[in-house]
Amino acid sequence: MDSNPSSQKLSSEGALLGSPRPVRQSRRLEVVKKILPLNSKSQRPEVRGFKIALQGGPGGAGSHNRGGETEGSDQARTFLGAWTRKRWGESRGVETEARMVASSLKLQDLIQEIRGAKTQAQEREVIQKECAHIRASFRDGDPLHSHRQLAKLLYVHMLGYPAHFGQMECLKLIASPRFTDKRVGYLGAMLLLDERQDAHLLITNSIKNDLSQGIEAVQGLALCTLSAMGSAEMCRDLAPEVEKLLLQPSPYVRKKAVLTAVHMIRKVPELSDIFLPPCAQLLHERHHGILLGTVTLITELCERSPAALQHFRKVVPQLVHTLRTLVMTGCSAEHSVSGVSDPFLQVQILRLLRILGRNHEESSETMNDLLAQVATNTDTSRNAGNAVLFETVLTIMDIRSAAGLRVLAVNILGRFLLNSDRNIRYVALTSLLKLVQSDHSAVQRHRPTVVECLWEPDASLSRRALELSLALVNSSNVRAMTQELQGFLESCPPDLRADCASGILLAAERFAPTKRWHIDTILRVLTTAGTYVRDDAVANLIQLIGGAQELHAYSVHRLYSALAEDISQQPLVQVAAWCIGEYGDLLLEGTCEETEPLQVEKEEVLALLERVLQSQMSLPATRGYALTALMKLSTRLHGDNNRICQVMSIYGSCQNVELQQRAVEYNALFRKYDHLRAAVLEKMPLVERGGPQVDEEAKESKEVAQLSEAAPLPTETQASKLLDLLDLLDGPSENAQHPPPLDPTPGDTLIHLLDLPCAPRPPAPIPNLKVFEREGLELNLSFVRPPGTPTLLLITVTATNTSGGDVTHFICQAAVPKVCRRPGLRGSLDTPGEKATK
Amino acid sequence: MIKFFLMVNKQGQTRLSKYYEHVEINKRTLLETEVIKSCLSRSNEQCSFIEYKDFKLIYRQYAALFIVVGVNDTENEMAIYEFIHNFVEVLDDYFSRVIMFNLDKVHIILDEMVLNGCIVETNRARILAPLLILDKMSDS
Repeated sequence: MDSNPSSQKLSSEGALLGSPRPVRQSRRLEVVKKILPLNSKSQRPEVRGFKIALQGGPGGAGSHNRGGETEGSDQARTFLGAWTRKRWGESRGVETEARMVASSLKLQDLIQEIRGAKTQAQEREVIQKECAHIRASFRDGDPLHSHRQLAKLLYVHMLGYPAHFGQMECLKLIASPRFTDKRVGYLGAMLLLDERQDAHLLITNSIKNDLSQGIEAVQGLALCTLSAMGSAEMCRDLAPEVEKLLLQPSPYVRKKAVLTAVHMIRKVPELSDIFLPPCAQLLHERHHGILLGTVTLITELCERSPAALQHFRKVVPQLVHTLRTLVMTGCSAEHSVSGVSDPFLQVQILRLLRILGRNHEESSETMNDLLAQVATNTDTSRNAGNAVLFETVLTIMDIRSAAGLRVLAVNILGRFLLNSDRNIRYVALTSLLKLVQSDHSAVQRHRPTVVECLWEPDASLSRRALELSLALVNSSNVRAMTQELQGFLESCPPDLRADCASGILLAAERFAPTKRWHIDTILRVLTTAGTYVRDDAVANLIQLIGGAQELHAYSVHRLYSALAEDISQQPLVQVAAWCIGEYGDLLLEGTCEETEPLQVEKEEVLALLERVLQSQMSLPATRGYALTALMKLSTRLHGDNNRICQVMSIYGSCQNVELQQRAVEYNALFRKYDHLRAAVLEKMPLVERGGPQVDEEAKESKEVAQLSEAAPLPTETQASKLLDLLDLLDGPSENAQHPPPLDPTPGDTLIHLLDLPCAPRPPAPIPNLKVFEREGLELNLSFVRPPGTPTLLLITVTATNTSGGDVTHFICQAAVPKVCRRPGLRGSLDTPGEKATK
Repeated sequence: MIKFFLMVNKQGQTRLSKYYEHVEINKRTLLETEVIKSCLSRSNEQCSFIEYKDFKLIYRQYAALFIVVGVNDTENEMAIYEFIHNFVEVLDDYFSRVIMFNLDKVHIILDEMVLNGCIVETNRARILAPLLILDKMSDS
């Protein structure tokens, strides 16, 4: 080389860039340098620029320039975004292996680039370019800067772009002797590799080597990665190594080794045998990091196997001692967090004590004093103290603690509730919810505070408060609580409404002091949140009203006024329509002791029902109710029924099949069977209800056992209902059962029986029922369940003519609730002695 | 057990993410957006614990940065809350300037503190010790 100063600079450049420059290249550079100025500061980009100019023609087989860089004019472009990297043609064989590593944008610069991108598209472009360069760099193998490339790749990966091509590079970097490389390599392995990739097994060997090497930092790295992504095979292979490390003197490695052991046990439970013995010894350590890890390890072991649990019960005294020292010695500077000494360790120990003390008298006793001590001594002004206290409360609750301790715990929670910090209130509410089953009375004391929390603006808090309030309702406070809850219902966010409404209804059902109060409550709920109630609320309310004889007038008045105000809430409308239909006469009488009597005209009532029928907001079911109600009013109210007849004929051609059928049948009642109308539309007898959902499940077991006793009951009620209807009939026996599908009477009994197929246990066969016998007609019901479909019950109605004469005009109609599908009824009988089966 | 650890800025861009339980990469972005949305939409008066699917989220806001940690049911939320603060203090200690340009160092710190979802070290000096050694090694 010449003794040209520029070439000396070149050689220093070469040293800078770490690769020797062959003679030819340097001469080229010389030439170029004369053309373009050399600025020592921005050496790199400019040198790059020179190379571009030099390259001319196809710049090596693997050149990854942006298009058109063969022209020197593009230097400006390269300077701007310059991170291009040229490959000097190993393929050519002319130039040697010297490569220009100019690019390697540092991670920081890349991050800045990406953040500077204004739009998503721009960012993507930047990243794609960079990925291309990184890929090239990996392929070419650049030992010096590959860690930087990988770091950039990981960043890009974090943003969500695919980065799988970095996996092999990770392996290479891990194997490299340099720490920086290893560091990035392991990080990459943690982020990019996992069990599902095939490449992960290749790391096993590297990790093994690193683990046995003896350099702490390296061992730490290896352990960290192993614990993050170790698969079952890897864990099995490396378990002995990790075990050895557990006994090493250096705490830095040991704490990591312990937690790696936790991971291994999670993956391969059989390894717990290996890791069990060292635990007891490790507990005696003073180093908090190791203690923390050991406690976690023991927790994990105990959770996995009851044998380990037994084994570790003997360390309870040791744990107690450690915790006591922690609490009593005040805070050492290294571990205290805002005045509490190592809250993290305290919390972990408490959690372990909880697991060990659960259902075990002896251990619980050892812990009692300690827990009381912790509870009273912890400073609660800061969050750290509160965290410890919270864990203490949870532990007290779970173990077999003394009664006094439990009361202390509940009081602590109560105190939390009054705290201004929302986080604390949230955890308090959650824990109280868990406690309310076991320590009901203790929690009751804090009821007012809980109710106040209902009004929190925070959604999670108010939800918790709602659940807790509902759980706290009992017979003594039901009125007050319902008042509060209804107030809440009016203003609460929509997602809580359904829960609130059903909660109130349930509570009302369980604890209602009087029927009137009950009806009032349900009415109020329906008015405020009608659309959110469950479907069976309507049926429940109807049944309730039907059963409360003395309240008929009252309910019908209330419902009428509610309906007059607002016909949009469907459940309310349905109930109101039914009531008005049933007790319309009471409405018109206008006398009612319990509420303001309304002076209502017959026309107004009819007009209201018609409005319901015609309104857009009414569902078809609601319309059905209204139609039936109108029909019933034709008998209840005196006067001519022209208006009603008119409505029926209009609806005889309604689009909805259900309504049309009803209207046609009612029309028939008007025209052909007018003499029967009064009887058919008589007041409904008391419906026998299945009971609320909760009771029904409890009843099912009883039902199966008492099937034989249940059988006569349905027979009776059915028979009695039929008799009622038939009492007023003159003429041969005719059964005309009330058509509306909402008639729960016979259907209900069927529900009782039909519930059985839905029960999980194999249902008992149901004996035949004789449901009706009178005047020469006998009806028998027999039940058969086909073996293939347990949800299907075939009911066969056998009608026998036992009289001497003919039975004519025999119509048998079955009313079933909509949930059952009935196959058609067929057949009729005429001659005596004939049996007809349907 | 900690399931994931996220640092998100106010615009919703992820600055740091670490998962201790494997999640598919496309599900990750989805998860992150949802988590971020629920955290950003909460005002100051609401509490810092959210329930999301089967995790619990604990978040804390520091100026323009949100730190969100997802844990499973068994963890003590308040301890994690404290832990987040601890983490931020460690970062403050180490980084004199803006954190974001030294992402790999932040990863190292996080690895020192949390191993496979369990908290391993919370003492500031001990966490930063290996880092300082590393720095000295790379400087020399």
